[in-house]
Amino acid sequence: MKNFFKIFSFIILFSGLSLNTQAAEKVEYLKTDWSFKGLFGKFDRAALQRGYQVYTEVCSSCHSMKYLSYRNLAEKGGPEFSIDQVKAIAASFEVKDGPNSDGDMFTRPGRLSDKFVMPYDNVQAAQAANGGAYPPDMSVLVKARGGGVDYIYSLLQGYEDPPAGVTLDDGVYYNKYMYGNKIKMANQLSDGLVEYSDGTTASVEQMSKDVTTFLMWSAEPHLESRHRMGFKAIVYLIILTILVYFSMKRIWSRIETEV
Amino acid sequence: MSDHEYTPKSKFGKWFNDRLPLLTLANHLTDYPTPKNLNYWWTFGGILTFCLITQIVTGLVLAMHYIAHADMAFDSVEHIMRDVNYGWLIRYIHANGASMFFLAVYIHIFRSLFYGSYKAPREIIWIIGIIIYLLMMAAAFLGYVLPWGQMSFWGATVITNLFSAIPLVGEGIVTWLWGGYSVDNPTLTRFFTLHYLIPFLILGLVVLHIWALHVPGNNNPVGIDIKKPSKDTVPFHPYIVIKDGFALLMFMIVFAFFVFYTPNILGHADNYIEANPLVTPAHIVPEWYLLPFYAILRSVPDKLLGVVAMLSAILILAALPWLDTSKIRSAVFRPLYRQFYWILVADVLILGYVGAMPAEGLYLLVARVATAYYFLHFLVILPVLGWKEKTLPIPLSITESILGGSPNLATAKNRESLNK
Repeated sequence: MKNFFKIFSFIILFSGLSLNTQAAEKVEYLKTDWSFKGLFGKFDRAALQRGYQVYTEVCSSCHSMKYLSYRNLAEKGGPEFSIDQVKAIAASFEVKDGPNSDGDMFTRPGRLSDKFVMPYDNVQAAQAANGGAYPPDMSVLVKARGGGVDYIYSLLQGYEDPPAGVTLDDGVYYNKYMYGNKIKMANQLSDGLVEYSDGTTASVEQMSKDVTTFLMWSAEPHLESRHRMGFKAIVYLIILTILVYFSMKRIWSRIETEV
Repeated sequence: MSDHEYTPKSKFGKWFNDRLPLLTLANHLTDYPTPKNLNYWWTFGGILTFCLITQIVTGLVLAMHYIAHADMAFDSVEHIMRDVNYGWLIRYIHANGASMFFLAVYIHIFRSLFYGSYKAPREIIWIIGIIIYLLMMAAAFLGYVLPWGQMSFWGATVITNLFSAIPLVGEGIVTWLWGGYSVDNPTLTRFFTLHYLIPFLILGLVVLHIWALHVPGNNNPVGIDIKKPSKDTVPFHPYIVIKDGFALLMFMIVFAFFVFYTPNILGHADNYIEANPLVTPAHIVPEWYLLPFYAILRSVPDKLLGVVAMLSAILILAALPWLDTSKIRSAVFRPLYRQFYWILVADVLILGYVGAMPAEGLYLLVARVATAYYFLHFLVILPVLGWKEKTLPIPLSITESILGGSPNLATAKNRESLNK
């Protein structure tokens, strides 16, 4: 048994080390405290609401979020706006619907069940409007990037003047956290860009953190219930394991062999 | 095998059992005499059965919500993650379950290598195991394609393209596999069909695997043949059932940790980007459990030979019972083999590591050396060791080895010569 654990932990350690060395080759990302990390990690409700505000006022003019519906904004574990607030949010968007009984397409105010309205009709339109670059859909963006939330958080604050010797084409910007350092999205955030309704100062750092928190939620809307259930499941398993261990000892005591 | 004839007590039981001896089978399974000195490395058979059942059950539920269509697959996975009740749980169990399955199977295989469980009379168990392992790799690869992310698409492209290395008919085979001239919707639908089929093939082979095991009975850490039943054995129930159960619960704690707290760490971020035939990812890497073979594939400069090397690396295992010429099963009594065993473990871990790295410079060199050593181990070291190695005296019975009775050298030698 002792041997078994020794070898097992060696292998775990080895795989842990190799993961770490892979991470060490990349740039150090900016660090911040994420409330949703850890065994009991939960989203900061106010940060999610502010993050949604940043998304709508800044990001959403280019980036879609096609897997989100307005109803999600009121659901448990999310920004938890009240139903009336979300109805008002949804109604503030024009949604294309149809065909009606005359066979015509029409627009109407959004409803809870509608998906987030897309900024462009299709990928080609998005590319045409953005110098050939497609602003990626942001629904699962933090899971689609190696560095996750730390990467997005850093990228939003990583705009710099290019170092000497680096020439940038028109519409290309320098970002020290971007893969290859060249990015087609201009710096979007500046201090005081949005006016937070809860009075928080809208610094670049604050907005980056809020919108990244919002993106984490949009990628993992069930994160809170996952953490809650995980804790219960693991505690349950540990107790059961201890009980089974003693039963095993009892049963094996009938014969002289150690278990 | 229990020697006594089993007769059900109830009248109905007897009537039924005479027509279909299910009760005899159940009785055989509970009474099955098992060596009493099995250590925790032997619990992974039960754990693997659990993994297979988990994958089949979660897979069935996922298949009810998943849509195997190039335009809808990615969306349907997100639908599962967001809108299906506990869909996220089912999917994360299934995705991490694949990794847990491979973790367990690697421990199971390396346990067999250490204790010589593949040797006579257990060659058929071993070969069925290798076929199961091959099918597992196929199922895992096909399953990884289904979410239709970037790694799905490009992984499928790279792996199916390996068939183009076959002379003359290669290109034709690839087109046939794809159902077109590139990986596309026809590829996805057939991959889904095969992904659904293979677990049931594995299930059938697992039954054969266990059947074949129950003929000679379990090997054990001492690696000697034992009389069954005897004071060296315990009935499978309750002794082994409770011990397997305890080990399974510990395994489930690790499993649960991955599912609930780091569900995506074993996957690749690029697979959350929808498949795009026009954009190739910077590094195309398979899942961690295929990395050693990926390293072997890339360490050979020629495409065809690389594929041959990769396949040989797996198929060579099937010949293991005949490549290992030693009469002694357990590495406990083989001081030299024991050292080479750990070198092989390190070699495979190194192969896995360089498999994840770009195939260039030092990584490529290390991969080549490690690949060469892998084959050297099986083709040269093992046969020669069997002939040259001075083994330690083996005990006559498990009880003797446990109670520390001094092994009777003369009788052990005698027994060894009988084995020859």
